[in-house]
Order: sequence, then structure tokens, then C-alpha cells
Amino acid sequence: MKVSMTINGRSVDADVEPRTLLVHFIRNDVGLTGTNVGCDTTNCGACTILMDGESVKSCTVLAVQADGASITTIEGLAEPDGPMHPMQEAFRENHALQCGYCTPGMVMAAVSLLQENPSPTEAEVREGLEGNLCRCTGYHNIVKAVLAAASAPGGPK
Amino acid sequence: MIPAAFEYARAGSVDEAISLLSEHGEDAKVLAGGHSLLPLMKLRLATPSALIDVGRLQELSYVRDAGDRIAIGALTRHRDLQVSDELARSAPIVSHVAGLVGDPQVRHRGTIGGSVAHGDPASDLPAVVLALDGELVIRGPAGERVVPASEFFHGFLETAIGPDELLVEIRLRKTQGGWSYQKFNRRAQDWATVGVAVARTDGTPAVALVNMGATPLRAAAVESALAAGASPAEAAESAAEGADPSSDIQASAEFRRHLARVLVRRGLEEAGV
Amino acid sequence: MSILGNRVLRKEDPKFLTVGGSYVDDLPLEGAVHVVYARSTMAHARIGGVDKSEAEAAPGVLAVYTAADIDLAPIPNGAPFGNPAMTRPWLADGVVRYVGEPVAAVVAQTRAQAVDAAEMVIVDYDPLPAVVDPEAALRDETLLFPEAGTNLVMTFPDALAGIMLPAEAADQDEGIFDDCEVVVARRIVNQRVAPCPLEVRAGAASWTEGRLTQWATTQAPHGVRDTLAQSLGVDPTAVRVVSPDVGGGFGAKIGAYPEELFLAWISRALGRPTRWVETRSESMTNLGHGRAQVQDVRIGGTRDGRILAYRLDVIQDSGAYPAIGAFLPMFTRTMLTGVYDVPKVYFKARSVATNTTPTVAYRGAGRPEATAAIERAIDLFAAEIGMDPADVRRRNLVGKDRFPFTTPTGTVYDVGDYERALDLVLEAADYKSLRKEQARRRQSGDASQLGIGLSVYVEITNGLPGSEFGSVQVRPDGKVTVRTGTSPHGQGHVTSWAMLVSEQLGVAVDDIEVVHGDTDVVPRGVGTYGSRSLQTGGVAVNQAAGQVVEKARQLAADLLEASPDDVVLDKAGGRFHVAGTPAVGRTWSELAQAAGEGGLSAETDFTAPGPTFPFGAHVVVAEVDTETGRVRISRVVAVDDAGRILNPLLAEGQIHGGIAQGVAQALMEEVVYDEDGNPVTSNLADYEFVSAAELPAFETIHMETPTPLNELGAKGIGESGTIGSTPAVQNAVVDALAHLGVRHVPMPATPERVWRAIAESRAGGNS
Repeated sequence: MKVSMTINGRSVDADVEPRTLLVHFIRNDVGLTGTNVGCDTTNCGACTILMDGESVKSCTVLAVQADGASITTIEGLAEPDGPMHPMQEAFRENHALQCGYCTPGMVMAAVSLLQENPSPTEAEVREGLEGNLCRCTGYHNIVKAVLAAASAPGGPK
Repeated sequence: MIPAAFEYARAGSVDEAISLLSEHGEDAKVLAGGHSLLPLMKLRLATPSALIDVGRLQELSYVRDAGDRIAIGALTRHRDLQVSDELARSAPIVSHVAGLVGDPQVRHRGTIGGSVAHGDPASDLPAVVLALDGELVIRGPAGERVVPASEFFHGFLETAIGPDELLVEIRLRKTQGGWSYQKFNRRAQDWATVGVAVARTDGTPAVALVNMGATPLRAAAVESALAAGASPAEAAESAAEGADPSSDIQASAEFRRHLARVLVRRGLEEAGV
Repeated sequence: MSILGNRVLRKEDPKFLTVGGSYVDDLPLEGAVHVVYARSTMAHARIGGVDKSEAEAAPGVLAVYTAADIDLAPIPNGAPFGNPAMTRPWLADGVVRYVGEPVAAVVAQTRAQAVDAAEMVIVDYDPLPAVVDPEAALRDETLLFPEAGTNLVMTFPDALAGIMLPAEAADQDEGIFDDCEVVVARRIVNQRVAPCPLEVRAGAASWTEGRLTQWATTQAPHGVRDTLAQSLGVDPTAVRVVSPDVGGGFGAKIGAYPEELFLAWISRALGRPTRWVETRSESMTNLGHGRAQVQDVRIGGTRDGRILAYRLDVIQDSGAYPAIGAFLPMFTRTMLTGVYDVPKVYFKARSVATNTTPTVAYRGAGRPEATAAIERAIDLFAAEIGMDPADVRRRNLVGKDRFPFTTPTGTVYDVGDYERALDLVLEAADYKSLRKEQARRRQSGDASQLGIGLSVYVEITNGLPGSEFGSVQVRPDGKVTVRTGTSPHGQGHVTSWAMLVSEQLGVAVDDIEVVHGDTDVVPRGVGTYGSRSLQTGGVAVNQAAGQVVEKARQLAADLLEASPDDVVLDKAGGRFHVAGTPAVGRTWSELAQAAGEGGLSAETDFTAPGPTFPFGAHVVVAEVDTETGRVRISRVVAVDDAGRILNPLLAEGQIHGGIAQGVAQALMEEVVYDEDGNPVTSNLADYEFVSAAELPAFETIHMETPTPLNELGAKGIGESGTIGSTPAVQNAVVDALAHLGVRHVPMPATPERVWRAIAESRAGGNS
């Protein structure tokens, strides 16, 4: 089945099996491997991307469902040679990543969180990241980074 | 992780969806947000022969004032329920509970119709639909019919929706005064171990239970005890009457009965009953 | 100004944050075919036959292999000194021993085709009784390996007496409690948990002209290389293992698993590169599990709080095929008495095979089990004599003037100040105020009660002897390449090792490249586990850097026609000159060019004189809803002393992650099987992997007691948080309910278990 979507500003056309998950499409067909797969039950959030501006788990969307959508993955969050997105910067400044595997999904979820709630409390950040699992950081520095990004000069983007 | 192969058809209208369902027969499934169905398909616990994608039927995404009721299109996403001004005015419990379903990513895709049609007793919204005396508008080849929530949930993952029918709208009573939703789970993203919805639509409190049997349930014994003048604490003692909860990794049936009693009492108290 | 001890941001991060890491399943591999394993659905059964004809005929399928097709010798017992009859076949051979065990390997052009075909492999099972409970397994009524004659894998200390332990270690006194006024005993289950690195297992293999390249998600690439070479019967020089970015390991990725190793065999057989990645559901039943000890704990002493004797009898569940998990009671014994000076002890352990997933190392690996046991025992003893658990601890700590301290099991602690750690944590937590608030809550009868849990711990890091490789090379452009045998997977060695080299060479951290995880580029290596990396690999790199500086000084002296003793390194400018005449000098780049091919370089293999013993103290505050049993952790206050800290930012990250996993074990996580051996927590919906929403922010308190055993003064930090937090959480939960008569709540302290403990106590029993 033919699909056509915009990924990180670039239009992509392909012919896919209907059962192709969006995450597999992004990784295997488009070749953007920053988006990871960490589970098979929609729990871990490693595959989180933005679909039409909102965080979704790309393991639980069929590529055919994303036909016509605008997708942003970790690779498209900042311009390739430009400065990092404030959320990426905040993650680095606060050592909010270790092995890096949950990181792309965590960053995308955090970006979406601040879009919906630009000045969250610590508890709201923790609840807002309920769908993203990390085994390395104990979440302490991730929560710190999201709060830092929210209060960064210019506010969250 | 990779679903078994299936045929895929995208419906451009409700009528087309219904004719596609008739065409593809009993093994076809309706795909809305996909957040109940796709996880099962990835584990191959569900292997539908065809998916009829209704996800683009924007005409089924709305929250409208319908006089003494509020009408919600079946394809309204949890996130849209969460931020709906109309619901904030007329049935805030729905917004609140929609904000507790799954996690933010799930709420960006999952729909109220999908959640209700899936018929999972552990889901949050079906119990709210039950508490608010919901009417489920179902359309099929023969036209539209309206099923009261009390007759909608037939069993575990079984509802009144026929194989060639589509749930198109959910009509709920408006709430008056205090309400409460008590969700007890171990992790924020988990299904409810037990949940309790308390709301008043016509002066008397309605109480519905999540994950206390094969379907969402009304706590009839609690409601009649309250009607007979019992205090919330007294009424809550009969919270598990008529319930038939299962035992699983989250809790034994015995503990679920206990939780139902505690949560009903807390819910009644929070709702100001 | 020294860079050491500073909060240097990670060099690794920009890539992870902008395009993501390069994990095994991300690698492009031209022409690779996909492998998927068909797995056992039975915990214990004879295989009547495997019908693979339908799978073989499925679209895209190249081959389907079963045990009958394999010419490889079985994998030896993975527990050193374990029963040699307990070997593991590459694919189940005649019998399956746990749910999830690979039975057939399906190879197809695409992953989806392989998944589809794997479902078509029909296995005819003839069920055997399943042994799931390790205590039942010890009765030997059903044997996993009839040829072994027993399910017992090994006993401790007997199996190691005269080998790793002195011969007399086996000879122990049973009458150790004779002098005690009070003795408390309790059966404690240190439950089975799943390590759950976010990246599951994956692998790829490719042969070129008789030489294998294998991509592995591992903590120890050189070990994987050697295992591959041995398994395939080729020379280690014919094998290259590349471990790109690794998405977490936590001990479970130290060795190589049969499914990974078999990729090389398939690739050789088919003449095609192969690749494989498991699903999380597969991972939950095949990546090794951790902990899984049943402990009989007995503690005795005087009524005024002096501990006189301690006894621990352990049953270690090894799972179906004994691996390193079966050996870990060795470390439980090593750390038996923790921070306490206990005159008389007894330790015994038996590892036993069951029809479950094999157990391996998991963050702490044998030591959390020791700490959990004695820290729970101390609280039980304190409750029995009616003394504050902080006071009982203080009364029995090994004093700071007694190091090096030899424990009754022969462990030699390098250095410590346990009382200071306890003081610091009690002060930071404001322990007295917490006790007052607790009293107020108890008085009020509030449904939400406050629990205050303590633990004081010491653990062993770099506990297995071994050296580590490090090299430093200054390139002609003046930049530096560091090679390390450690294999970081989140720990930040790229930054830390660069800091060490920068400190010595005066070259900017950004100009120092750290290379790891490729056995063709790093000649030797042991890897990253057991909190060993900084104190072995870091020291090796540090020493190599020192040697490079000395070589450069000699060379500069020659070029400047001066005595080497007069030549100094100006670290700010990265330049050597004669003391007093800074105008004339030689830069690193000039010296590297002058040194000729390869630049200036040095390499070392550092072997530490012994393990080091980080320690600390944790206070956990728990809010327990006595009606629903729900526990919320409101505070975790942690003092963790890992010696001198190279980069506090990274050290704190290790502590945070450790604490979260420790809290998760105490409160949330448990691998559960039903009585037939079916896993009921085989995905992340059912396994309660802790999320941000269940945890508080952590309060970490700084304390540094350098070890004398290495020049950096550094001990390990990777596992401390886990070891300290678990018993503090469990003690907090029990403490919240102490006034209701509750003395113990099993882990994980689920709402139902808390509720039952209260109910049983109210019904007059002693929980």
C-alpha cells in the first residue's frame, strides 16, 4: 500500500505492507535509526516521536495510519548543523542520559509535555513521563532537565 | 512485535466503514486509534483478517451539548476529552478520567469509542459511561440503534456491537455537583487494579466499578443503600456485592473486593455524598 | 587547576541527543538475512519431534535449524565449579527446560517472514513435571538433568574450599548462638527480578575470507570473542567482536547468549551475514534474571544491642541452565556481615536448578542479597529488643580505626568510616524530626502512616581478580587517542578517561578520543562489570598517560638539548620546555611528529592489588496507606562513599540509577511463574518496571574516603545505590507498620502484601 508523509520536513513516499509499524517504517524504510524499540506492549516509550506535533508511540501506529502526517523524530528536532533544541541542551547540561537508548523517545515526550503544559511542577513532569521508561538514570536528572528546559530563557519551544 | 498480515481498508465515511465491515466478514476489526487493538496484534493475541480504518472520520470527533445530555463522537481522542471546555462545564469527570487513561502518548491516539467498544473491564472510561447512564449509538447496515450502557457490556471484551456495526456516538448525562474517580494502580501507566467512579446526574449518586468483574459494573447495592439513607461508610461496605473480580498478578479477588470497599467510601466522601 | 573532581559534561551526549546512538540493530549490514527463534511454550517437556516442513516452505525462508542440525559441543556449566553434567545445548535437544528456550532457528530474507515462519514450527511436546520452586527442586523428585543425578549445582563454601577459599572455610561451628540472650530468625525471599536494560539482546555476524566479525550488545567484547572462538573451534585472531553503543547491561550482558553465538554458525553455514534482535517478551524470558535467593536468616545478641552471632543459609535459584547466577552466593558470603563487627558467623548456600530462566549477575550480583539479609536482620533484632534501629547499628559498626579489617569470612575491607556515613545520613534526613512526625501520625490514627527505613552497607567492587588494558597515543596533529579494555554502556568512560588523560597531558578533553568496544582496535580487555572500570581501566589509562608524559619529556629533552630533569610540561599550553625558559619549547604535535610513525604512545595492563569496598548509609521515608497498602516513597537520602570522585556528575548519575533499581526491587518488581513454570511477567505491561511517577527526587550526600589501593583513590560506584536502597525501603515499609505489630513484609512490598501483613497482625498472628 502506498503511503506518503513528511518526516523531519522531507516528504517520503513508499509502498508498505499494511502491517508495517510506523517505527519500523522510520527505521528500516527511511533509515532514521535514532528512534528505538524497547518493548512490544506500548509501555516503554523508546519509540516516541511527534506526529502532527504530538507525542505518540510509533510502535503502536501503523505506517498506513500515518499516511499524510507530519512526523518529527529526534533527528529532526534541531537543524542538522544548528544549535541543539533547548530540551536536548537541558538533557546534556543535567546529565539526563546514560546509555542513551531511551533518550530520543524521552526527549520527544518531554517536548510534547511542555507544549501542553509549559510550566509544570515536578510532580506533573513525573506524571507526564509515565509512558517513558529509563533503566539508567533513576529519572532524577531527566525530571531536572525537563524542569530546567521549562524555565530556560525564552521558555519551552 | 510484528503483527500477522492483514488486509487494510480505509473508510472515507461511516457508511463506507459499515459496508467494508460487511464485505470483510467476522474476522475484520475496526481500527480507530489502535491503542487497544494494535498491542494485541503485535503479540499476535489478535490476528484479524482485515482492518477497517475509521481513524480519518473527522465527523465522529466532537463533544456537543445535546440538551439534557452531552454527545461525544466515538472518535474523540482522550486528549480532546481532557481539554474539552464543554466537558469541563457539563461532565468534568469525563475529562478527568480521560486524563488518567494510559499515558500522554496513548491519550494522543486512543479514542473513547475504541475504549468503550473494546469492552475491557479494566478500562477507565467504560465505567464512567456506565455511571453517567450512557447511551451508545450504534450504526449498522440496517440503520442506527441506541443501546443503554446497562445493556452494552456483555462480557470480557464483548459488547452489543455486531460484527458489521460501528459505534458512532456516546451520549452521557450531565453531572451535577461533586464527583470522584478513584483509580488504584501500581504504576501510573498501568490499568486500574480497581477503579471507582462516583457521579450525580439526577441528585442521587451513581457508583460504577472498574475491573471488578468481566464487565464494568454499577455498584447497585451501594446505590440502594445510599437511597435508603446509609452513610457513605456504611454503603461502601457493600461495594463488592454482586462483583466477581478475577485474581491476577496485580491483585487477588479478595484484595480487589477490599479495595472496592475502601475506594467506594473514599469516592463517596470526595464527591460529597 | 585540576580537571579531576569537576562536573564535566559528557562528550558522548551530542550524538545520543541529536541522531541517537548506534546500537546493534541500527547497523546497516548489506545482504544480511534475519534470524528468529521458535521457543518452548513448556517449562519442562520431552520433545517428541519437531516438524519444520511448513516453516521451511514459507515465503522467504532460507533455512530452519534444530538441535539435530548442529555440530557444536554443548555449552559448559556457566557456574565456575558447578556440576559439570549440567550443560546447555545450543538449541533444545530432546528436552526443553524453561519457557522461552530456543528450539529452532528460522532464517529468512526479512524479519517479518522469519517471524511468520517461526510460528509454523510445530513442536511435539511430551510434558514432564515442572520444578519451579528452588526449595522443591532441592528434594530432587524431578530432575532437570537426570545424568547429573541431582538438581544441586553447587554448595558453598564446600565447593570452593581449597580452591577459591581456604580449606578450613568448609569447617564451621553450628553452636554460634549459645551465648546470645536474644535470637531472631526469619525466612527472607530476595525475589527474582529482571535486569531490563532498555536495549534488548541483538546480534549480527558476518564472515569474510575465513574471518568472523560479530556485532554484540555486551559489557565484555573480548570475552565474547574468546567464547565465540572456542565455540566455533577457530583461533581468537579469526574473530573480531564489535560492541557499538550498548543500551544498558546491568550485569545481564556480561557473557554471550546461545542465540547470539549461533548467529555466527548460521552465517558460516549459509554464507550470508545474519542478524537478530529479540522482542521484549522474548527478552523477559531469556535475558538472565537476577537475585532469586531464599534466605534463612538468624541473628543473636544481647538485650542491650550487641550482635554476637549471625547465620545465613541460602538457596540460590540458578534457573534451568546454571550460569554465573549460580555462583553468586560466593559474593553473598564475601559480604556476609556487612558493616558490622560480628564475632561468630555461619554461612551455607546451595545453588539449585529449576525450570525457569537462568539467573545471572544483576546490579550488585550477590552483594545486595547479603546486605538485604543483614540489614533486615538488624531491624528484626532491634524490634525484638525494643531499641532504635539506628542505635543498634551504631553499636555494632566496625570502627574507623580498624582498617584494613578482616571479616569472619576472610574478606579484607580496605578502608571505611561507617559511623560517619550513618551520622551524615541521619543528620541530612533529620532523623529525630522524622521520628516525631511518625509518633504524631501514629497518635492521630491517620490512614497514612510514616515509615523510616535505614541501611548501612559496604560492598565489594572489582571483586574478581583481573587486569585491564589502557593505552594513550598522541597523534601527529597533537590530538590523543585512548584505547581502553573497559566497555562502557552508559557509564561515561569516554568523558572520564579523557579527563584523566587531559589532567596529565594538558590536552583539552575535546581533543582526546576514547576508543572501546572493538577487539581489533583494542588488543586486550576484560570489560565493564562489578563496578571495576575506574579502579582498573581508568588507572591503566592514567598510568599509560603518565608514561607518555615521561616519554615526551625525554624526547623534548633531546630536542631541546637539555636534561630530562629540567624539562617541564606546561599543561595550560600543552607544551614542554626547560624550566625557567618557557619561550623555547615543543608542543605535543611537534613531539608526536618527531617520535615518528604512530606518534608517542604507551600502554599498560593494570592489575589492582585487591578489591575495594565502597560503603554508605541510606534513609528512606515511606508513606504507607494502611487501608489500601499502597506505599509511596517520599524521600531517599543517600550517603555513598566510593572513594575519590573523578566526575561528580557521572557518579551521582550512577547513584540515582542504582537507587531507582533498588527501590524497584523493594516495592515493585518481581519475576513470577505459575506452578507449571509459565512466566506471568513476560512483558513490560505485566512486569512492574518502575517509572518516574513512582519515584521521588533523590537526596545524595557527598562523602569521600579514598582507597589506598590505587593512585586515584577510587572505588566502584555502579552498584552502591542499588545495594543501599533496597533494604532501606523494605525497612521503611515495615517501620510504618511496626506499631500495628508488623515485623516483616516480603519484597516486593505490593499493596496486597502490605494489606495482608496488617490484616494478619490484627488477627493476632505475627507477620
